[in-house]
Amino acid sequence: MSLDAASIKATENAAIAKPTGHVKRSRLASFGLHGALTVASLIAVFPVFWVFITSLKPDAKAAETTPTLFNESSFDNYANVLAGEKGAFLSWFANSAVIAILTTVISVFLSATAAYAVSRFRFPGYRGMMLSFLLIQMFPFAVLIVPLYNILLMLGLQGTSFGLVLVYCTTAVPFCAYMLKGYFDTIPRDIDEAGRIDGLSPFSVFWRLVLPLSKPGVAVTAFYAFLTAWGEVAFASAFLSASDESKTLAVGLQVFVQQNRTEWGHLAAASILVAIPAVIVFYLVQKFLVAGLASGAVKG
Amino acid sequence: MAEVAYVNASRVYPGSPPVRAVDELKLDVADGEFLVLVGPSGSGKSTALRMLAGLEDVDEGAIEIGGKDVTNVPPKGRDIAMVFQSYALYPHMTVGENMGFALKLRGVSKPDIKAKVAEAAKMLDLEKYLDRKPKALSGGQRQRVAMGRAIVREPSVFLMDEPLSNLDAKLRVETRANIAALQRRLGTTTIYVTHDQVEAMTMGHRVAVLKDGLLQQCDTPRALYETPANAFVAAFIGSPGMNLKTVPLTAAGAQLDGLEVPLPRTTLDKVGADGLKEVTFGVRPESLGLVGAGEDGMELTVELVEELGADAYVYGSVRIADQPERFIVRVDGRTPPALGQTVRVGLRDHSEIHLFNPETGARIEG
Repeated sequence: MSLDAASIKATENAAIAKPTGHVKRSRLASFGLHGALTVASLIAVFPVFWVFITSLKPDAKAAETTPTLFNESSFDNYANVLAGEKGAFLSWFANSAVIAILTTVISVFLSATAAYAVSRFRFPGYRGMMLSFLLIQMFPFAVLIVPLYNILLMLGLQGTSFGLVLVYCTTAVPFCAYMLKGYFDTIPRDIDEAGRIDGLSPFSVFWRLVLPLSKPGVAVTAFYAFLTAWGEVAFASAFLSASDESKTLAVGLQVFVQQNRTEWGHLAAASILVAIPAVIVFYLVQKFLVAGLASGAVKG
Repeated sequence: MAEVAYVNASRVYPGSPPVRAVDELKLDVADGEFLVLVGPSGSGKSTALRMLAGLEDVDEGAIEIGGKDVTNVPPKGRDIAMVFQSYALYPHMTVGENMGFALKLRGVSKPDIKAKVAEAAKMLDLEKYLDRKPKALSGGQRQRVAMGRAIVREPSVFLMDEPLSNLDAKLRVETRANIAALQRRLGTTTIYVTHDQVEAMTMGHRVAVLKDGLLQQCDTPRALYETPANAFVAAFIGSPGMNLKTVPLTAAGAQLDGLEVPLPRTTLDKVGADGLKEVTFGVRPESLGLVGAGEDGMELTVELVEELGADAYVYGSVRIADQPERFIVRVDGRTPPALGQTVRVGLRDHSEIHLFNPETGARIEG
């Protein structure tokens, strides 16, 4: 067969006509898809929106039989909460921040080093360690309060922020270690070995190669550890001293809910303020979240 | 640059029974030599290389680099560079950073690193890609970066663990030649692991064949091909493999179907002295050929013809002692026989045969 201009042309046309992989959606399907997504988004966003609306109303008008969008709305609730009229809000905030950040830093450091060890080395007690990590997740928090209380008392840490940080680490570290082990497993050992041949010590292999490559996994575990500490109520109310200044936010919010009366407006305003740092942390790690959670599904 | 020696080095994995992945390997590699370790999967060739790299423990024996015992020296103290099958590039570093990483760790000054990386990049045609991350490179380019990372360090020994197996066939042949040329230019002692006997034959100054952790033979490619030390090496080296059949002996030679291959008196005496009634007879496909009806030969029923252009390989069966035995014959690519046809196959030259002890597999010198 000879190659003539016509056959070359035909080949080119065939190449152009090749499907590009983008399937064109029909107008109806497109409408339905966007409609469903819009409804789902509204359902997700509405409670947050309603808390915000409530936070602007005075306590008396906050819960009405016929809800209205605005009713004597103002930012007074926020001003009151921040000014500490209902309790030492700023102290609570600082306590929560210190406890959550310490929990995040300590548990990420401990779990990353532990996870690297179980991911790369086989040592006696390896199986027992992994099993105990899992086992700890089985117990409900309530069961742990009494024994943890006794341990903290023995250590002289009962009532201190650092004691609470340690308590949060006991739940965060095993989970984070399990999660990071899964992540480290996806990093080929060849990279460790190449690093060792290039002149790294075992710890610098971890520090300079494995950890930078695990940013998504570390971000996810940091986020988890932060949330563990930030929003927790049961441990915080049991282990911190009863004085108002030493409370965390989640515990402090309870002052708005009294036996006969709930200050809905102030509660909502405080809730919004509590949510802001969590949202900021989420925003910082969100680009890693999808990659982190999806890792392990497909070898990257 | 340095010579390398395995001194009865073994790697034993615990278990019951313990697995001797590398069993008392004794091998001396001269300074500047290109040595290929070849064998089927599980032969211990990669383990042997990793022992030399310090990534695998040496349970018995010792390993020497440049005359110095390095058995207990960590990888970074051995002055070696390794190219991995997966390349093991650092994904978070650019090509330039990847290549210069080892120098950076050694505390070499930035301008010096830059100059050395630039030099290696030029050699490997990577200058345009120095600022890219590995994931933005093609397979062939990544392979070159892995080579570059090894070259930049100017080590005394290069270790390469199947560095071409992730490339497509054409690129592999091209890169094969480039690596061999590069090694010749740099003159660095190189240990190269592969399962591909073609790579082994074309690249190595010497080739060491391993099986089940045991060294079978270490010699030049030609010597391996012409005088394999045992039946395993004979079958492993060469593509397609040697025809190996266990056949009965007669007073004058070996008996294959209608073809009696006369053997020299000395060989027959030797075989007789060992009390062998049979012998493993080996003949390479190119040593067989189609013959006319009147000539000495065996009747071969054609079962498959592989046409490669210049040559064709005919796969067929011959009845030996009433058992069908498969033979491969190389014939002229222009006139291959048809499927199902019966052809007459004879020996090209009576000296182009190999005899092995059917029990031990060892070569019987003729």
